[in-house]
Amino acid sequence: MSEEQNKPQENLPAVNPIELPIARKGMFGVKGTGDTSGYGGLVVRRPPKLSSPRPYGGPDRTGEPGEFDVIADELERALGDGFHDAVERVVVDRGELTFHVKRERLVEVMRHLRDDPALRFELSLGVSGVHYPHETGAELHAVYHLCSITHNRRLRIEVSCPDADPHIPSTVSVYPTHDWHERETYDFFGIIFDGHPALTRIEMPDDWEGHPQRKDYPLGGIPVEYRGASTPAPDQRRSYS
Amino acid sequence: MGLEEKLPSGFILSTVEQVAGWARKNSVWPATFGLACCAIELMAAGGPKHDLARFGMERASASPRQADLMIVAGRVSQKMAPILRQIYDQMAEPKWVIAMGVCASSGGMFNNYAIVQGVDHVVPVDIYLPGCPPRPEMLLDAIVKLHDKIQNTKFGVHRERQIEELERRALNPLPLVDDRGAVR
Amino acid sequence: MTALHDETTEGKVYTVNGQDWDELVKQISESSDRHLVVNMGPQHPSTHGVLRLVLTLDGETVVEARPVIGYLHTGIEKNMEYRTWTQGVTFVTRMDYLSPIFNETAYCLAVEKLLGITDRIPERAQVLRVLMMELNRISSHMVAIATFGMELGATSVMIYGFREREMVLDLFEYITGLRMNMAYVRPGGVSMDLPAGAVDKIGEFLKIMPKRVKDMRKVLDENPVYLRRTRDIAYLDLTGCMALGVTGPMLRAAGLPWDLRKAQPYCGYETYDFEVPTETGCDVYSRYLVRMAEVEESLKIIQQALDRLTGPELKGKPVMIEDKKIGWPSKLALGPDGLGNSPDHIAHIMGTSMEALIHHFKLVTEGFRVPAGQAYAAVESPRGELGAHVVSDGGTRPYRVHFRDPSFTNLQAIPATVEGGMVADVISAIASIDPVMGGVDR
Repeated sequence: MSEEQNKPQENLPAVNPIELPIARKGMFGVKGTGDTSGYGGLVVRRPPKLSSPRPYGGPDRTGEPGEFDVIADELERALGDGFHDAVERVVVDRGELTFHVKRERLVEVMRHLRDDPALRFELSLGVSGVHYPHETGAELHAVYHLCSITHNRRLRIEVSCPDADPHIPSTVSVYPTHDWHERETYDFFGIIFDGHPALTRIEMPDDWEGHPQRKDYPLGGIPVEYRGASTPAPDQRRSYS
Repeated sequence: MGLEEKLPSGFILSTVEQVAGWARKNSVWPATFGLACCAIELMAAGGPKHDLARFGMERASASPRQADLMIVAGRVSQKMAPILRQIYDQMAEPKWVIAMGVCASSGGMFNNYAIVQGVDHVVPVDIYLPGCPPRPEMLLDAIVKLHDKIQNTKFGVHRERQIEELERRALNPLPLVDDRGAVR
Repeated sequence: MTALHDETTEGKVYTVNGQDWDELVKQISESSDRHLVVNMGPQHPSTHGVLRLVLTLDGETVVEARPVIGYLHTGIEKNMEYRTWTQGVTFVTRMDYLSPIFNETAYCLAVEKLLGITDRIPERAQVLRVLMMELNRISSHMVAIATFGMELGATSVMIYGFREREMVLDLFEYITGLRMNMAYVRPGGVSMDLPAGAVDKIGEFLKIMPKRVKDMRKVLDENPVYLRRTRDIAYLDLTGCMALGVTGPMLRAAGLPWDLRKAQPYCGYETYDFEVPTETGCDVYSRYLVRMAEVEESLKIIQQALDRLTGPELKGKPVMIEDKKIGWPSKLALGPDGLGNSPDHIAHIMGTSMEALIHHFKLVTEGFRVPAGQAYAAVESPRGELGAHVVSDGGTRPYRVHFRDPSFTNLQAIPATVEGGMVADVISAIASIDPVMGGVDR
């Protein structure tokens, strides 16, 4: 990431690093007073979201054309003119290739990735949700990891949706294994996968309120309820006087 | 429970207590309530090396109706808690509960939204067994301690007197140095 | 008590609460419902852990099976966001509690990828990881076969399996100090080197184990009762496996030699000599055979790893990365009260160097920072591909950790494997998937 940050990007408008959103202030994560280290003035800014330039390289090489270029070329060929519309960004980081795909085109892209003989990502390793509350307009991400057994390659697809409209098309029709994974992501993050055969909670009880692995959900402090009686959460119950 | 509860205080009652306690402690039938990591150690305790059969406990009862000890082995989630209580309610009296492992005892390292912070929110617990997971030897130790408790269970008027005594002590707490413990 | 029933949209619902079964049978026989819905679990002796199955039965034939999970959901993934990167190891080890070393390794490989230190992990640490993983594979497969036997009613198989597992656990205890959940693999290497005498103990284990495996195979391989219960049961072919994302012994029992140790090697697996056993039966028996063969292959790998550890090239070499920031705790010593910081280190930080004390304090309380980004690392666990998707925002704590647990994915294959079969075969189908609910629900 840091390397990308320093490199000038021709295909993007010039970004003044000073204006980037602040990720962290102070050296040791202090909030308010109490920092006597002298590093309280340190400001770390979030890196801009950049696309990696061609050539993409491969899992163990950078700077020269490799496996990742082959995947991108084949997908571009399969999607035709729609490639630049469907794939918003291509990121190569730490030997891994990520396509950031527009949610409207997700199912189409997935189908090409699975069925195209040159791509053949037969095995999907499920869906993983990530919540970035600071990314306005794209707070919720669904991350798909694909694996091609034929070509022995890996690929990551990332789709985002805003918190106000948490809808992503379901990919169960392409990869049946996504059935439970999408239910899990719905359960934990509240992403609604349109077209899923039965999108219900899977890990939490059916009557649970909220989506517990979002960043705005507290870690603990849930009262225990049983047959009408309620035991308050430990932090509100015990006193250590 | 039965006739023994109506016996007058004295030699007969204490003899009945001893006999019943001896019989009960030597034939504790545990309900299989394995949940997580501790369940594997619980199974290992039943295995050839640690051999729970020495305590008359090799018959892990699949049906709660024929069990009198519930070993809650592992973390209890919010989704599992009602089921755990139902199994407990289905067990016949007298019954005992061992909270095996730190998760069942207090929630342990999982101080979060998903785990009930101690199974004592849902069922009364007799023995808290620490460890993550406890070794089979520790489970055996907990069982021996439970046997001791079962052996010394009081009936009828003795029980009432014991409860009174415990209540009295709880209401008049001594400074920590003077406290000699309620049961001993 | 009478057999109560409620009228619902799905038909009559009977609540069985310990009453006379005759009454219930009478009521059901009067009803015109063709199918009977039976709830199996979540507390059932024949389900692996707290798995619940809602079975729709037509007589003894399963018409529909719906697995219900979540009874062991622990919130580990969220809990890790509140702990440092090193502490994360103690959480992941409790996910799939039968294969703790694999969880730790997958997580550490992902963190190392994020840190960009994959090439700087000491060779000895990699060999130790391989050694521990293969020992763990044996113990996990032994439990799989033991519980499988128990669920089919073969108690002696369970006794054998747990006896063998106990030997591996003794080794784990000797090496790491703990029988389970050992948090042995850490980002940057492993927590400590083999203690004195461990090599001999593993050598002894390698002498006894092949015979024990042979004994077990003698009991089960051609046992007619066992064959009846396992042959052509829970059939799932390669197409089904691929569609459902099934990996591990189930996939290899369908004939595809897909093993990440060979296909996408990690921790130096490409330098070991071993086979990937496959079968073509696609059934429970084939999965059992694959597991048994894998145990034998694991023994081969352990022998090779042991030879390397005792060889001149790696003897006495470090087991933790040189970088002191990541490598903490690297100065451990066994004292009278257990494992802790070595007296030398304490004397250094408390007596001679204030800078070292500050660094020690910051590293212990805050941990190291990991550059922002995301990484995915996968290992071949005893149940299939175990992947860790780790996201960092550049802080001292993980931003998000997601585990792709093979048990979770493989469990989706239950309806495909049991529908249309007998209800008794449901048990062997689940057992052959070998799901660990701690890994399923996390």
